[in-house]
Amino acid sequence: MEVGIVSYGAYLPRYRITPQEIGRVWGTDGEQMSKNLLILSKSVPSPDEDVITISIEAARNMLRRCEVNPQDIGAIYVGSESHPYAVKPTGTVVAEAIGAGPNLTVADYEFACKAGTAAIQTCMGLVGSGMIKYGVAIGADTSQGAPGDALEFSASAGGAAYLIGSEKVIARINKTCSYTTDTPDFWRREGQCYPSHGGRFTGEPAYFKHILAAAKNLFGVMGTKPTDYQYAVFHQPNGKFPVRVAKQLGFTEQQIEVGLLTPFIGNTYSGAVPLGLASVLDVAEPGQRIFAVAYGSGAGSDAFDITVTDEIKELRRERAPTVKELVERKKFLDYATYAKYRGKIRMKEGAE
Amino acid sequence: MTVARFWRENESRYNLIGTKCGNCGRLYFPPRSVCPVCHRKSLGKMEHFHLDGKGEVLSFSIVHDAPSQFELQKPYVIAIIMMDEGIRLTGQIIDCDPADVTIGMKVQATIRKVGEEGASGIIHYGYKFMPLR
Amino acid sequence: MREVAIIGIGDTKFGELWDQSFRDLGIQAGLSAVGDANLSGEEIDALYVGNMSAGKFIEQEHIGALIADYSGLARDHIPATRVEAAGASGALAFRQGYLAVASGMHDIVVVGGAEKMTDVGDVLSTEIQATAADQQWETAFGATFPSLHALIARRHMHEYGTTREQMGMVAVKNHKHGSLNPKAQYQKEIKLDAVLKSPPVAEPLGMFDCAPISDGAAAVVLCCMDKARKYTDTPVKVLASGQASDTLALAHRESITRFDATTVAAQRAFKQADTDASGIQVAEVHDNFTISEILAVEDLGFFPKGEGGKATAEGQTALGAKIAVNTSGGLKARGDPIGATGIAQVVELVYQLRGQAGKRQVAGAERGLAHNVGGTGATAIVTILGRVN
Repeated sequence: MEVGIVSYGAYLPRYRITPQEIGRVWGTDGEQMSKNLLILSKSVPSPDEDVITISIEAARNMLRRCEVNPQDIGAIYVGSESHPYAVKPTGTVVAEAIGAGPNLTVADYEFACKAGTAAIQTCMGLVGSGMIKYGVAIGADTSQGAPGDALEFSASAGGAAYLIGSEKVIARINKTCSYTTDTPDFWRREGQCYPSHGGRFTGEPAYFKHILAAAKNLFGVMGTKPTDYQYAVFHQPNGKFPVRVAKQLGFTEQQIEVGLLTPFIGNTYSGAVPLGLASVLDVAEPGQRIFAVAYGSGAGSDAFDITVTDEIKELRRERAPTVKELVERKKFLDYATYAKYRGKIRMKEGAE
Repeated sequence: MTVARFWRENESRYNLIGTKCGNCGRLYFPPRSVCPVCHRKSLGKMEHFHLDGKGEVLSFSIVHDAPSQFELQKPYVIAIIMMDEGIRLTGQIIDCDPADVTIGMKVQATIRKVGEEGASGIIHYGYKFMPLR
Repeated sequence: MREVAIIGIGDTKFGELWDQSFRDLGIQAGLSAVGDANLSGEEIDALYVGNMSAGKFIEQEHIGALIADYSGLARDHIPATRVEAAGASGALAFRQGYLAVASGMHDIVVVGGAEKMTDVGDVLSTEIQATAADQQWETAFGATFPSLHALIARRHMHEYGTTREQMGMVAVKNHKHGSLNPKAQYQKEIKLDAVLKSPPVAEPLGMFDCAPISDGAAAVVLCCMDKARKYTDTPVKVLASGQASDTLALAHRESITRFDATTVAAQRAFKQADTDASGIQVAEVHDNFTISEILAVEDLGFFPKGEGGKATAEGQTALGAKIAVNTSGGLKARGDPIGATGIAQVVELVYQLRGQAGKRQVAGAERGLAHNVGGTGATAIVTILGRVN
């Protein structure tokens, strides 16, 4: 049975803010931060958007492109670290809003930035085992960084949805490997507004270790090397880490270019690799091969070997906006409006 | 906390599901159990109908004085939209500068948070309209 | 159906009445009306009270019992009924009292209307007013009560060329009338410029396009015509009562630039009174927003559809014109304690038809018309009163 991606959809909020504007308020050299992180701007959700609305938009875009009946969806998993509820799943609202269910299973996932790819893996298993016909895996976030903290310059919002199945597969997932350890590089305790991180510890022992390990596992299992792939997508907490890890693995800048979005939209956390992959699928041709590795703090990496099929020509990609179109649709905000939208200003409770 | 009152209408608020009179074919949104034209002849014949989501602005207003739960969004645009199916809905227009909204502007429905009952209450989702791309 | 007369009237000042509770206001107006009718109290057969939302404003329901009790009438166990139709609660209460007497069920009935809006803050007060609209499909989506009227205004401007200036003239005229009414909430005249520059509430309506939040009460005593002269030398006859409903949500109307309920209620009333718009000299119409008065004078038939703004700007609805509209100051300047408004409109017409309106007197007024609306036109009640020679 061929298991893979049957359709996909993406969504980005239209607001943006620059590192310069954030730095201006906190007395940090925003220009320098922009260069350090290789981030020109990040996406900001509107006050009436959240992971639920982003997931629904992405899933609806996904369904617009194919002819699948939502009633045939057997599972929906939404991965995020900014689900609107701590208890009450995002997935059930998504199911209702796309006309799926009620005869399906749903759960929300959390694993920092790799919750969306974990969802893809789960759907692969359910489809591959014959338990369901189609599964939907979504990675979406409206992540927050503490005011003035380095993460505030990069934490952004966005998401992408994947329809996993075995019929009319547009991109076959040949293999997925993961590498997971107990590594406390970045975390948020229950009840806390903002995450904490281990500073430079988030680099080599966290991001790089896990991505390199998962990637090497995948190369080993598949017997492949970087030149076998046309595209590579890596988790991208800033514009620099993915470039470095790509180089370390032997990929070229050209291979990662299409899937590298952080410089324009910031780090969409669970949405990062799903969006990067969507960006590739927007332009990929039959026969092309994609190497995708997500990373989630805590920590773990999910790697995927994907081959685009002829079926991608049948997919009505034009029925939904491309990632590029979503990136280009933007309106810049000042810090005060951004803080208001992100709920960073302490409001008074209740009507007068 | 008012949970059931809004939950009951999720289908209509999320997916623009109204009713069509099985007797005369007229459409209604929100759903009705009896057609105001056919009266008793329509009982048991009101079928679910899915609006496409596209329409045009019949009238609009930029709201400055807002109730507490819309505090973060003001000023915002409220409008009556004439849907392509010939029936009208009331909703916000988003994703554009309020100054750019005009009567006759083409819009399409999308889903957004329409309200919540405080920081610990249920979040309500529903339709809002954005300029048709 | 027998003829019914108004034999007594009473009203409190309207405004922010901090010292007076809901009960105080209701009783004050009621006692004033009963005194004006030269009754001692035991003649009263029934009590009707118009009130929109005491449950939310003062967390008190069961208003009929409350007013019966504090007016002393509960001691005699009179039937007491609270009536609600949002902004038309007063007129609907009046209609119930009128029907009770006209049918022969009762001879003498007191009808009052009261609202105490300032016992909650402004934001909550505005939210409560919005319960007159469709809570599930209008307000839940962010439509405030003023914004629904703004939608009407914008479309009226689009279809008929009505201007903000013309709408503003409604406020200017009504404040001018209000300055002649000692009971009005606002006693000062205002300039058009001030209206146009007032802070936007929901464009194109600004603060001065909207009636205020008010406390107040008003009451009348109804009596069958054949006994009326026992109590008063100046009875005023109820010539007609017309009532109509329409869809709750504005978006569901046939048209959003007219209130069909107003037109139908008026047709029913005109038919009963055997007259038409040209037979009315003085009218109290529902100007909770400036655009509402423009719609009212068109929908009642005083001016052709689309020309209400022009007529207002030309002074054709001011004191001295062929039809004097809102000589009391209207909801805009006299104030709008919601449940009391419909009764206060009737009280003003009685002053006019008795020749007791002082500086606001419309010379030779024979017939007066009161127009009270609930929500954005989902309920409309038209009452026609006539001078008795």
